[in-house]
Amino acid sequence: MKLKCFGVAKDIVDSSLLTIEEQDLTTVGELKAYLNKHYPTFSQYATYQIAVNHSIASDDQIISQMDELAIIPPVSGG
Amino acid sequence: MELNIDIQILKNQLSIDDCYEFILDETCGGICLFIGTVRNHNKGESVKFLDFESYAEMALKEMRQIAQECQSKFKAKKVAIHHKEGKADIKDKAVIIAISCIHRKEAFEACEYAIDQLKSRVPIWKKEHLADGSYWINSRP
Repeated sequence: MKLKCFGVAKDIVDSSLLTIEEQDLTTVGELKAYLNKHYPTFSQYATYQIAVNHSIASDDQIISQMDELAIIPPVSGG
Repeated sequence: MELNIDIQILKNQLSIDDCYEFILDETCGGICLFIGTVRNHNKGESVKFLDFESYAEMALKEMRQIAQECQSKFKAKKVAIHHKEGKADIKDKAVIIAISCIHRKEAFEACEYAIDQLKSRVPIWKKEHLADGSYWINSRP
């Protein structure tokens, strides 16, 4: 699956589009656990959320290859 | 209802006139404009300029949702929300929120609601460039 990355998330993974080959990530919570394991820097910076199809998702939301996924660090517009 | 909402994320300088012209309405006697501008300091440090990055599709959707909430909660007639993307120099406009209502009280309330909501939930990120480095706001270790 592919994740769009913005702000500090883009710096942490060093890309604006992160490709994850792991096949058995079925929920947002599992995806976060994967990210925290492979990119421990996330925990040093800030909490972040996952957007699924342009909406913030809860940890138990089911995800698939068809979904548009994005890492949403703490926002700071305005 | 949709005709009364103007949501934009722009690389060019934001225009107060464009927002004002859009929301001007013959039935409204109260217009409130909030303009967020880039200041030259933050938390005791000197700021040189900012960079705004957005998740445009989701940000536009959230901004439109906020404008609709202004209409449902505060009876706003027309709402324009324009946000900057890319490099913003000191004194540049980062965001303009313009709202027209029949009376002033609702216009003030709707404008404050809109900027508070924008800052808390719209996926836009601000990178602060200081003399000795640059940092994403709210994401500094």
